[in-house]
Amino acid sequence: MAENAFHLDFEQPVIALEKRIAELSQQAESDGLDLSEEIGRLEERAEDLRQRVYRDLTPWQRVQLSRHPQRPYTLDYLTRMTSDFVELHGDRAYGDDAAVVGGAARLDGEPIMVVGMQSGRNVAERQRRNFGMPHPEGYRKALRIMHLGARFGLPVLSLVDTSAAYPGVEAEYRGQAEAIARCMYEMSHLPVPVVVVILSQGGSGGAIALGVGDRILMLENAWYGVIAPEACSTILFKTRERKEEAADALKLTASDLHEQKIIDQIVPEPFGGAHRDWDEAAALLKRRVTEALAELRLLSAEELVRNRVEKYCAMGAYSD
Amino acid sequence: MNWLERMKSGLKTRIKREIPQGIWQQCTHCGHSTYTMALERNYWICPECTGHYPISSRQYASLLLDEDSFAEMDATVTSSDPLRFRDTKRYSERLRAARRLSGLNEAILTGIGTMGGHPVALGVMDTRFIMGSLGSATGEKIVRLIDRARVDRRCLLLVCQSGGARMMESAFSLMQMAKISAKLRQLAEDRLLYITVLTDPTYGGVTASFGMLGDIILAEPRARVGFAGQNVIKQFLGTDELPEDFQIAESVLQHGFVDRIVSRDQLAVEIVRLIALLAPDGNPQEPPAAP
Ligand SMILES: [Zn+2]
Repeated sequence: MAENAFHLDFEQPVIALEKRIAELSQQAESDGLDLSEEIGRLEERAEDLRQRVYRDLTPWQRVQLSRHPQRPYTLDYLTRMTSDFVELHGDRAYGDDAAVVGGAARLDGEPIMVVGMQSGRNVAERQRRNFGMPHPEGYRKALRIMHLGARFGLPVLSLVDTSAAYPGVEAEYRGQAEAIARCMYEMSHLPVPVVVVILSQGGSGGAIALGVGDRILMLENAWYGVIAPEACSTILFKTRERKEEAADALKLTASDLHEQKIIDQIVPEPFGGAHRDWDEAAALLKRRVTEALAELRLLSAEELVRNRVEKYCAMGAYSD
Repeated sequence: MNWLERMKSGLKTRIKREIPQGIWQQCTHCGHSTYTMALERNYWICPECTGHYPISSRQYASLLLDEDSFAEMDATVTSSDPLRFRDTKRYSERLRAARRLSGLNEAILTGIGTMGGHPVALGVMDTRFIMGSLGSATGEKIVRLIDRARVDRRCLLLVCQSGGARMMESAFSLMQMAKISAKLRQLAEDRLLYITVLTDPTYGGVTASFGMLGDIILAEPRARVGFAGQNVIKQFLGTDELPEDFQIAESVLQHGFVDRIVSRDQLAVEIVRLIALLAPDGNPQEPPAAP
């Protein structure tokens, strides 16, 4: 990770200690000194500290991790998990939305269709990709790609990572609501296996738009819900500052959603978060996706669709 | 004004208008005062400016369906409080208050009936119930209504009126969008006609699921219809100015997302005409053979 890497407030002590260890090791090497005892002691302390900091993260800390600027995005996973990725562009109606990427690729040699939201690493890229907030044409592009996959029997992998569908005037004019609705409507009946992964941010309608599938996986530090904690805090407490309480109240972590039977599986991240090791994060995810697809490939199109509709029909908490 | 404040003030003004104890009612569009009895005879449309006063779900049911044909379904289905959510009040208390206020157990009234003799399955949302927000029970009632339509081969008619998703149920609320959309796709596979009526206001997860999935989408004049709320958009874009007529049904039609603007006094007539044209024989399973 780069020297000037961004760190979250709560991980500062860990980062500082890790830096100190790195410096000592370097010094030991350049000066030919034996500092192994000192380094060993610090390593132990660092491990202890990491355990304390990362073991029991609060919901808000996980939200922070999910937005970590060094956290891997959709394309970072795709380049590590798949080969032969051929990106396809445009919704054939209005334009090409760079906040959504998609195309055909191979997963362990098998062709699949992939779609997902994509943000950027630097200012220019973030602007070009609109901070990963899709316009209607982004959803319509994703749907076109999924339909294409369905026609040729390719399973669909949808990687969800967005704070929200873009709330702008043009997005409304071009039918943001219709685009989101149409995606869910069609995804519910795709005659191929559909695996959804909530990578980092599962922000409301903008996320569920590409979130309908047979298996819903969610990364350990991702959040998923109807509203972001800051916005929820504004509504509840008239200030953005009580976001910790809002994050608690919304029950938005992977373990909450697993308990609510809204997701099927929690995908573990490298200790301390996916941003600490992209390769490992991708390997951990790839294994779960491959397993899920292997199970789903055994089912007929009719079984897939019937099970999928039933799966969603079972969601909800009501009394009668 | 944020969502909650809007909800509170909306509820207050609405009760006054919907339980019209006064002899006179004042139009929020033009300020004109009208004799309550005259409004009742005029479908709660302002005789001065044709502005539509908000009406309750039961009032919609009675103005749309053939007299005495309505049989309510699933009246007892109500949201539990899965997250034990608490804002300034507990969600469970909010639910109790909403039940008292609306006389409903959820934000939608559902049932079956006939329109011009055609069998229909009807759902009408009600903003007096937590801003007509989409909760687990709302979703469940709609899904049961869809299944009833499929079993009986009825046209489905949903009158939308909602602030969007229900925050107090977070992901459960979000999933209702997918649940309803999946079932509507089944309804379409069964070749059953689905008509939506968008009334003021229709927003968020309701527009972005069953609101926009109608085979035919009707809207009441000047109804506000959108995905993101105007305050959210203003705040996000850092502007106080949005285009005139932004998210007004007539402008949504111009952008291609509504079929027709229908005045409330014409709603039943138009819908019966559409059913008679498209699905006159109770939606035959097989498409008619080509002549
Ligand atoms: Zn008026």
